Amino acid sequence: MVQPRKPKLAVWKFASCDGCQLSLLDCEDELLAVAGAVDIANFPEASRAVAKGPYDLSLVEGSITTPHDAERIHKIRRNSKYLITIGACATAGGIQALRNFQDVREFISIVYAHPEYIESLKKSTPIAEHVFVDFELRGCPINKMQLVEVISAFLNGRNPNTPRHSVCMECKMRGAVCVMTARGIPCLGPVTQAGCGALCPAYNRGCYGCFGPMETPNTPSLSKWWKKLGANDPDLVRAFRGFNAYAEEFRRESEAHEVR
Amino acid sequence: MTSQIKSPPLKNCPKTVIDRAGLDCLFDSLRVRGFTVVGPTVRDGAIIYDNLGSTNDLPMGWTDEQEAGSYRLKKRSDKALFGYTVGPHSWKKYLFPPRQRLWMAKRQGRSFSIENNDPPENSKFAFIGVRSCELHAIGIQDRVFIGDKFIDPVYKSRREQAFIVAVNCGQAGGACFCASMNTGPKAESGFDLALTEILNRKSPYFVVEVGSAAGAEVMGDIPQRQLAEKDEQAAEAVVAGATSQMGRAMEVEGIRELLPDNPDHPRWEEVAKRCLSCANCTMACPTCFCSTVEDTTDLTGDHAERWKRWDSCFTMDFSYIHGGFVRQETKSRYRHWITHKLSTWHNQFGSSGCVGCGRCITWCPVGIDITEEVGAIRASLS
Repeated sequence: MVQPRKPKLAVWKFASCDGCQLSLLDCEDELLAVAGAVDIANFPEASRAVAKGPYDLSLVEGSITTPHDAERIHKIRRNSKYLITIGACATAGGIQALRNFQDVREFISIVYAHPEYIESLKKSTPIAEHVFVDFELRGCPINKMQLVEVISAFLNGRNPNTPRHSVCMECKMRGAVCVMTARGIPCLGPVTQAGCGALCPAYNRGCYGCFGPMETPNTPSLSKWWKKLGANDPDLVRAFRGFNAYAEEFRRESEAHEVR
Repeated sequence: MTSQIKSPPLKNCPKTVIDRAGLDCLFDSLRVRGFTVVGPTVRDGAIIYDNLGSTNDLPMGWTDEQEAGSYRLKKRSDKALFGYTVGPHSWKKYLFPPRQRLWMAKRQGRSFSIENNDPPENSKFAFIGVRSCELHAIGIQDRVFIGDKFIDPVYKSRREQAFIVAVNCGQAGGACFCASMNTGPKAESGFDLALTEILNRKSPYFVVEVGSAAGAEVMGDIPQRQLAEKDEQAAEAVVAGATSQMGRAMEVEGIRELLPDNPDHPRWEEVAKRCLSCANCTMACPTCFCSTVEDTTDLTGDHAERWKRWDSCFTMDFSYIHGGFVRQETKSRYRHWITHKLSTWHNQFGSSGCVGCGRCITWCPVGIDITEEVGAIRASLS
């Protein structure tokens, strides 16, 4: 019997820290199964070997920050049957999207000896602002089990189980005690999408919003309660300007608390 | 209300008295009988329910202060073991676990086989410190899961094996309103044993009420003394104290009509401005029973599993049907939840879905108060 051709998987990097693609290497127990199920055609973190496209599945990490990258992502899209973005950079612009609230030319003039060599876009933007994206996997970094779930879903032609409800549901399901209610610690959990397994609240810290806005985030109501707990406007700006600062709902909330 | 799926309740509940050593004995006796003893213990700034090694794990000398959106653990001036109200956990996590694998399937050539069901894990629990509102909540979930044509086998197995040691409340919290829901603070039925903790200067002791044959059998192992009239009076005073302290009240008169008759009340818009649709209220509620199923495969596609997990009417997916989400606005989700809980639950299951424990009030991250929301709609109409 002829073995069916294995799907070709490619991993691409844009402006990012590599942490999300490292999640794939971090899969350890599942990594052999991944390697068995797909042909890893391009994955610079794992191997220098590069197989030519087209690719059945492209995992894209990082945001678009340069004119060159804005071109490159179109080539990748043309060469990919499915394109899945992974991580806060690729899905929301990442921490580097903090530049979107400032004038990036001023930064360049301070940081670089020869700013004239630097070609940088005014804004750091998610991949979906440039090309059609089949699925966005959230997180800073992504949860490796969710990554395996998404790849499994792709390979088996089904929908992935990556719920868009709040972190609170994960907190309650694991029996963690609410840090905001029991300790008065400001927490972004109620407006943040699940996926991390409520990691920070389970260790008595407030949620940082790594997985971005949940499906229906009521950020103004949460901000009001944070103020009752003692947070001020600059605190709120900082809280919403984290790894998902440029995600629409978080961006609007941080701007609402900016003191001009 | 509580279904009688275990040994039938005893006609005239015999009462007796045990001390702290007797309570130690009770724990041992339950363990010898194969029960995993679970109950209140202090962890992460709250009194939660977890495995108990001995009575030393009980929250001795601790209490809680609760308000809308706020819970604080506080030291007591005495050595009470049960001197708190209810915390973030409820017994539903044991009877209706947050995640369960329903079955798994394996590919076999061109066919597949259903594996499972998992061998029943150690799920013979003795619950220590079940409050009256919680007994009622268990009764309500009994009605939902095993009280009709379709039986939840996991719930049934866990419920039938459970041994329940109730504790009568000696105080009420800021979010408590069981008195107005007629669900407490005294445990009336649905327990194997019910304790009333009497705090005297030396060491707390317990008046024990035996509620079932299983309870009587366990009590056979425990050193005890006869109940004196002063013990009985002390126990009555304990419960009377809790009744007088209710932090809140729910006016239930006409509530079955009040909510469904006002679907367009402006209060729904108002509460939606505050509601985070985070689902904390439904997770903390001891009667909320909704779940969803997730199908998953491994990378090879040779192995598939179906999991059941807690779900909430506050999520978008909950109301998804082909083509879209039925309850898109937070307004309609909050209205649905509270109307079901307090009104249409009667039509569906023959009782209210609320037991007045106050968890949804305390554990709402922005302090939305179910009694206040009902009160606001009621007040606007009068």
